Amino acid sequence: MSITIAKSLDLKGLSCPLPIIKTAKAMKELAPGELLEAFATDPGSVPDFKAWAKSTGNPLLESGLEGGVYHFVLKKKEI
Amino acid sequence: MVSEVVVLGGGVGGTMCANLIAKHSQGRAHVTVVDASGTHVYQPGFLYVAVGKERPATLQHPETSLLRSDVSLVIERATRVDPAAQTVVLESGRKLQYDQLLLATGSRTVMEEVPGAKDVYDFYTMSGAIRLFDALKTFEGGTIVLGVAGIPYKCPPAPVEFVFLLHDYLKARGIRDKAQIKLLSPLNRAFTIEATSKLVQPILAERGIELTGFFNVESVDPVAKTVTSLEGETVGYDLLVLVPPHRGQQVIEDSGLGDERGWVPVDKNTLKHTKFEHVWAIGDTTNIPISKSGSVAHYEASVAAAAITAAAKGEAPPEHVYDGKVMCFLETGQGQATTIRFDYDHPPVSPTPSRLWHWAKLLFNKTYWHTVPQGRLP
Repeated sequence: MSITIAKSLDLKGLSCPLPIIKTAKAMKELAPGELLEAFATDPGSVPDFKAWAKSTGNPLLESGLEGGVYHFVLKKKEI
Repeated sequence: MVSEVVVLGGGVGGTMCANLIAKHSQGRAHVTVVDASGTHVYQPGFLYVAVGKERPATLQHPETSLLRSDVSLVIERATRVDPAAQTVVLESGRKLQYDQLLLATGSRTVMEEVPGAKDVYDFYTMSGAIRLFDALKTFEGGTIVLGVAGIPYKCPPAPVEFVFLLHDYLKARGIRDKAQIKLLSPLNRAFTIEATSKLVQPILAERGIELTGFFNVESVDPVAKTVTSLEGETVGYDLLVLVPPHRGQQVIEDSGLGDERGWVPVDKNTLKHTKFEHVWAIGDTTNIPISKSGSVAHYEASVAAAAITAAAKGEAPPEHVYDGKVMCFLETGQGQATTIRFDYDHPPVSPTPSRLWHWAKLLFNKTYWHTVPQGRLP
């Protein structure tokens, strides 16, 4: 199975709570099983993405930091 | 030569900045404030009007009474800014030429962006706060829900403050046990700032105020009396209070001076427009990712005033820049409050809630009229 990203979000420069809210909005547009990637610079986005994924049941597949930019991949939950 | 300075907006930032420029320019600048209403409104007071603790009249003063006599006031709506021609066009068609322009137009609320929310309550405008208090006066029991329908919004602590003051109000009326209070928060905590959340969450629990996390309001069903989140959850209500979505003012959007929500892009330190020369912006007007609050407008006003005064005098820009300073009070009810203070380099700190901070907030609300607009408080 190939992994393709359905939507990519640039959240760099935004501060809490905007990254997670923009992500929640974008995730709503995705079909079940589709992936969303997001790039953010706010360190607070790491616990927020983890907690949001847990609370909403949309799995957080990746969470990393490269060159000062946090990278997340979320999967829209299957119904 | 006298430099023409035009200030759009007679709120806390615009008024303070206009007075400071007139005071320090030693006759080298003539300042004109353009304001659509001519009435200066102390917006932090809306919260108190909504729970019957403040009269609307005490929150409004004529703008003329707050401006220095050498500052001109034009009471008219500005409809267009042309940064290339350096002109401001007013509703009547009259044009004002400027050498330096300050955008201090603030934000506006757009509840109409939330499907089904036409008749819900809010305390983000004077009329909204009065209408909400009228509804609370006849409220006899049921579920009151407070939700957030868009980020950013003015005064980040206000939703938490409201539920605490609401608890006190219902208790004073003897109907607290007949009411449920629910706070729907955009994050998994009561407040964006973690340290402050840790302080207020136990107080919410102690007062029986229910907190639901990750609830970003998307739509309202006024017939079924339910509110639904982006995350897909639905909550029922008897009385719904929403923090409305905010945007920059129409004149900013119509003139192409802002981003897609009408927030003006400025350098976060110098407050100068990132695209246009001779244009500054302060307060709610900007796209800087910090609190939209009166305190930010207040701290930024002195920075912008010094920069604009220097430009008017043909001097080099001052070294003093805005450091991201924010200071907010947060009412925790029962006559107590805390504060939240931070800047670009220092994380927020909040002292334990006490009577001292509550009285400090009330004192500030009263002394505001004689200190802040005149630029007497640094």
